[in-house]
Amino acid sequence: MSSINRESITLVTGVIGADTHIVGNRILSMGLEEAGFKVVTLGALTPAAEFVKAAIETAADGIMVSSLYGQGELDCRGFRDLCIEAGLDGILLYIGGSLVVGKQEWSEVEGRFLGMGFDRAFANATRVEDVVEALDKDFAARKKSG
Amino acid sequence: MSAALLIDFGSTFTKLRAIDLADGNIIGSGQGPSTVETDVTEGLSTALADLEGHLGALPNFKHRLACSSAAGGLGMVTVGLVRELTAEAAKQAALGAGAKLTGAFSYGLTKGDIADIERLAPDIILLAGGTDGGNAEVILENAAKLAAAGLTCPVVIAGNREAAEEVAALLEAAGSPVIVTENVMPEFGVLNVEPARAAIRQVFIDRIVHAKGIDKAAALFDAVLMPTPAAVLEGARLLSAGHGDIAGLGPLVVVDVGGATTDVHSVADGAPTKEGVIAHGLPEPHLKRTVEGDLGMRINAAAIAEAAGLEQLAAGAGLAVARAEEILQMLSADIERLPDGEDEQRFDQTLAEAALKIAMTRHAGSLAIVQTVAGPVSVQTGKDLGQIKTLIGTGGVLAHGKNPAAALMATLADPLVPQSLKPQAPDIRLDKDYVLFAVGLLAEREPEAALTLGIRHMHSVT
Repeated sequence: MSSINRESITLVTGVIGADTHIVGNRILSMGLEEAGFKVVTLGALTPAAEFVKAAIETAADGIMVSSLYGQGELDCRGFRDLCIEAGLDGILLYIGGSLVVGKQEWSEVEGRFLGMGFDRAFANATRVEDVVEALDKDFAARKKSG
Repeated sequence: MSAALLIDFGSTFTKLRAIDLADGNIIGSGQGPSTVETDVTEGLSTALADLEGHLGALPNFKHRLACSSAAGGLGMVTVGLVRELTAEAAKQAALGAGAKLTGAFSYGLTKGDIADIERLAPDIILLAGGTDGGNAEVILENAAKLAAAGLTCPVVIAGNREAAEEVAALLEAAGSPVIVTENVMPEFGVLNVEPARAAIRQVFIDRIVHAKGIDKAAALFDAVLMPTPAAVLEGARLLSAGHGDIAGLGPLVVVDVGGATTDVHSVADGAPTKEGVIAHGLPEPHLKRTVEGDLGMRINAAAIAEAAGLEQLAAGAGLAVARAEEILQMLSADIERLPDGEDEQRFDQTLAEAALKIAMTRHAGSLAIVQTVAGPVSVQTGKDLGQIKTLIGTGGVLAHGKNPAAALMATLADPLVPQSLKPQAPDIRLDKDYVLFAVGLLAEREPEAALTLGIRHMHSVT
């Protein structure tokens, strides 16, 4: 995957809502940075609107939302609309973590978040490498089409 | 004797302080009217004659340095991208440079915004937007709109460095003098207001002093270094930090309640001091100035009453509401009025306490409880000023007031409102002889004398 220049890509990371679980998000941010992306880290307890504001100011190419406390579905409602409203129409949106409470079929959960406008959803314990691979693929595809 | 002359060209008076550089004592003061509208030299000559009258003869001054808030002060408009991010950083930079901020804009400027800026006719525009490598479109668009409007005031450019050259070229072609400096927010969440502050200061010295006609009196002084609020802030910075062997006063807050506005300056990191508190939002500048444009003892007396409640003010002053209202109307109508009689003095005191209390509440940070799955978490926005060591009151209202100590106490933390992070138990001092501006003007050239002067003349009132 050398067709994209990771250094020219800015990603915003953070943990959405009233969620203090910062560790997974920090590992992700460090991993993305190591892979060569420009990373803007918002940390824990980040309202949806702050992801959008940071993305505007930094002209980000993607937003990586973490949610670990089971309220992700509520917190992320309207996230894509918020981006469109702010003029970030084509921004790449990923979500990952413990997205729902209790045992639920992953494909169902994933479908729900994709339906909310996220480009990809990742289950708990996804490796950073897999996320980087997905990013490379998605940005390469955008480059081709755009 | 080695002496320095410090001049404040104010909006009403031209004030002088002559300082002995050997021991940091005031050797004399002088005052004249502010005559910047006609010829600034007249007021300064009158003030010098006044000083000479006190001293017998004027010494040969080693430094003759001035600051100015005359002719409307340094009127500035700031433009940034996101309101809470680069637009906020730009605002902080302008206020920290001692500007009178008349407009703060964010996102793309509209036709209405441009019309507002033309009407405000700022002395300087500070144009920011985008982190370095971030959004470049909006600052370019805004520059193009400002250029098209034919605004020719100097523009300080402190936005996305990738766009800065093009932005400068656009504005220069339209006839604006431009100064490119470092981004006020080079990375997301990183405040970098010092370079913009310095650039604004330079434009003030190079251009604004001349534009306001203050340089007409250039033969009588060496330099006009900065706007008066910047001199006060510089004074506060030196008093806090100390110099060489002379210890400073530590983290401190300076408050100044005036006829039209109430200023609060803090020199403190303001990091959380309570256990388990998480800081949220933009990092706070160590040197922070806020100006409450709706809290002033005369021009905005009615606005204070509106914010604090006329009934409360009346009760605080021990007056009937009707009498309080009568006094309020008198004060608003006659902005030069000095309190006359017991009632007016008590009302003025209550008004000052209310303005200071509200201004400090707005300047200080606050705590909010966020309920999480793991239990409640305290989130801090703004500066925690709870532990600051020194609180200083400056300006005529406090210096000449009946009970400045009580007025200053009104700014302190209220145990019933623990979420407001105001000073808890600072030493309270008063700039009774109005020297803080002089401390700031001397800070760079004679730091020791300046610091001694400041510490000696900030009189303890507790």
